[in-house]
Amino acid sequence: MILVIAEQSEGVLNNATWEVVAAAQEVAQGNEDLVKVAVVGSSVGLVGEELASARVAEVLVVDDPSLEPYSADGFVDAVTQLIDAESPEIIFFSHSYQTRDFAPRVATRHHRCLVTDCVGLKVDHEAIVLSRPMFQGKFLADIPMLGSAPNFASFQIGARRADSVVRGESRSPIRRVEVSIDKSMIRQRPEVPFRETKQAVDLTQAERIVAVGRGIKGEEHLPIVQELARLLDAEIASSRPICDAGWLPMDRQVGSSGQTVAPRLYLALGISGAIQHLVGMKGARTIVAINKDRDAPIYEVADYGIVGDLFELVPALISVLGE
Amino acid sequence: MKIAVCIKQVVTRDSLLRVDDTERWVRDVDAGFEMNEPDAYALEEALRLKEQSGGEVIVCSAGPTRVSQVLREALARGADRAIHLESDSLAVADSLTLAQALAAALRTEEPDLILTGLQSDDQGFGQTGVVLAELLGISHSTIIMEVKLDLNGKGEIRVKRELEGGWFQWVTMATPALLTIQSGINQLRYATLKGIMAAKKKEIRKVVTDSSVESTQAISRIYVPEKEKKTRFIKGTPSQAAEELVRVLRDEARVV
Repeated sequence: MILVIAEQSEGVLNNATWEVVAAAQEVAQGNEDLVKVAVVGSSVGLVGEELASARVAEVLVVDDPSLEPYSADGFVDAVTQLIDAESPEIIFFSHSYQTRDFAPRVATRHHRCLVTDCVGLKVDHEAIVLSRPMFQGKFLADIPMLGSAPNFASFQIGARRADSVVRGESRSPIRRVEVSIDKSMIRQRPEVPFRETKQAVDLTQAERIVAVGRGIKGEEHLPIVQELARLLDAEIASSRPICDAGWLPMDRQVGSSGQTVAPRLYLALGISGAIQHLVGMKGARTIVAINKDRDAPIYEVADYGIVGDLFELVPALISVLGE
Repeated sequence: MKIAVCIKQVVTRDSLLRVDDTERWVRDVDAGFEMNEPDAYALEEALRLKEQSGGEVIVCSAGPTRVSQVLREALARGADRAIHLESDSLAVADSLTLAQALAAALRTEEPDLILTGLQSDDQGFGQTGVVLAELLGISHSTIIMEVKLDLNGKGEIRVKRELEGGWFQWVTMATPALLTIQSGINQLRYATLKGIMAAKKKEIRKVVTDSSVESTQAISRIYVPEKEKKTRFIKGTPSQAAEELVRVLRDEARVV
C-alpha cells in the first residue's frame, strides 16, 4: 500500500498534494486500491471530504486538537503512529517546507532515509526508481527503492500534474484513525505566522521580468540590469543569493522561498537555475537565459538561450532596444 | 553556551563537473572544494551567538583528509576547536549514515545548540540536521532566519522559521536543540590574518569512524538531465546575438 500524506493549512488543502496522489497512482499502475491518502491536523474533516474525490482505497483522517498549530514534534508523533497502525510499504509527501521540518525524523524512526526533492519516477516490472536533482540541478540521480518497507520519498512541486489524478465515479471511503498525542511532549511552541513587511512588489502580476543571479557578481553592476528592465518595461527580480547578499530586497526574490511568477517574458541573467528557482518561474510563457555555462540547468526550461558574458550582452541589448 | 556546527566540504559551485566512471558520482579529482555555503551561514550564526553569550564553538566535518582544509578555515574565522570524522565514504554517504557518524561524535560533547546549513550544495537532501536531532533525541527547527538566546533565563531559544511564499513564524523551545540555518540569515565574515595565525594553534581532533553502518539508500546512476524544452541557442558576437534576440522576442514570441 502506498500512503500519501496530504498537506493542509487552516483547512485548505495544498494543491501539491494532488501531484503526489498522481505519483502514488502511477506507482499503483492502475490498481488504485493500493493507494491511501491521509490528512493530519485538527478539524480537517472537510479536507478529507475533498480528497475523497480521488479514486483511492481510503482517505484516512487523523484529527487531533494537539496538531494545531503545526509543530514538528506533534507531526512526527502523529505520522509515526499512523504508519505503525496502517503499515504502508511506501509513504509519499510533497517536498514542502513542512515536510522538510518533520518527515526526516519519521523516516529515521523507521531506520530509513527519506528520498527528498524527487522530480521523476519510473515504474517498470517490480522496480520503482526515483530521480532527483544533485549538484544544484546540474545532474539528476536515480535512486531505486531498495530494502525493506517502509520507503519514504518527497516530491518537488511540478513533479507530476495535479490534473492527472484519477478521480472515482463515487466518493472514496473515509476513515478516522485515532492517535494519542501527549501535548506535554511537544517541545516547540509556535507563534502565529506573519509576513515580514507588506510585500511592496507583486511580481506575480508582472508582464515581463528581468531576473539576475550570482553571475552579476556585485551590487555595483545592477544599474545596467535596471536600465535593461526599464527599456523592456519589465520588473526586476532575482534568485535567492542576490537577496541574501542584500543587493536587492527580499520581495524581489523568485523561487520556492519567494514569489511564484508566470510573466509573458522571463529574462534570466547569470542565473544557473537551481530547482528552488526553477519552480518559481518555469510557468513563464517565454523564458530567455543568458549564462556563460552552456550546461547550466536554466537552459532546461529556456526557450531561447545565449551562451556568453552578460557584461557584454546586457549592454548590447540596451543598445539594440535603445535605438 | 556550547555550540556545535556541522560543516560539509563540497565541490566549488563554479566547477565544470563530469560524471565519473562509476556513473554514481562526479569526477572530483581535479575539482576545487569549498565550505558548503549554507553551512558557512550556520558557522557565522554560531560565532555571533558566542559573541553575545560566551562559550565555545566546535566545528565538525566528515570526509577524507582534504576536509581538514574547511575545518582550518572555520577555526580561522573564529571557531574554537574542530572534530574531523576521517572517512572517504562519509563524504558521499546518505543522510542517515552521515548523521549516525555525526551523532556518535557529538553525543559526548553534549552541546546546547547544534547548527547546520539547511542543505548541501552537492546531494542537497536537506535533512542531515533533522535526522541528527532525532538520533540525539533533541528538539529541532528548520530553515531558520533569526536566533534569539535565553529570553527568560530558562535556557530557551526563540527562532524565526521561514515558511513558503514570504511567510515567517517564531518558535520557542528549550535547549539542547538543533537548528538548520537558512542562507542569508547574516553577512559572512572572512578570516583575518590574525585568525589564520591563531587557527594554526587550535585543535583538530581526528576520529576514526565505524564505516560498517549499512546504507539504506544508494544512487544507481547520475546523469545530465534531459531538457524539458528545446532551447534555441542564439549565436554570434554580443551585438549580433542581442539584435537577433530582440528580433525573435518582437516578431516570433511577441513579448516585447
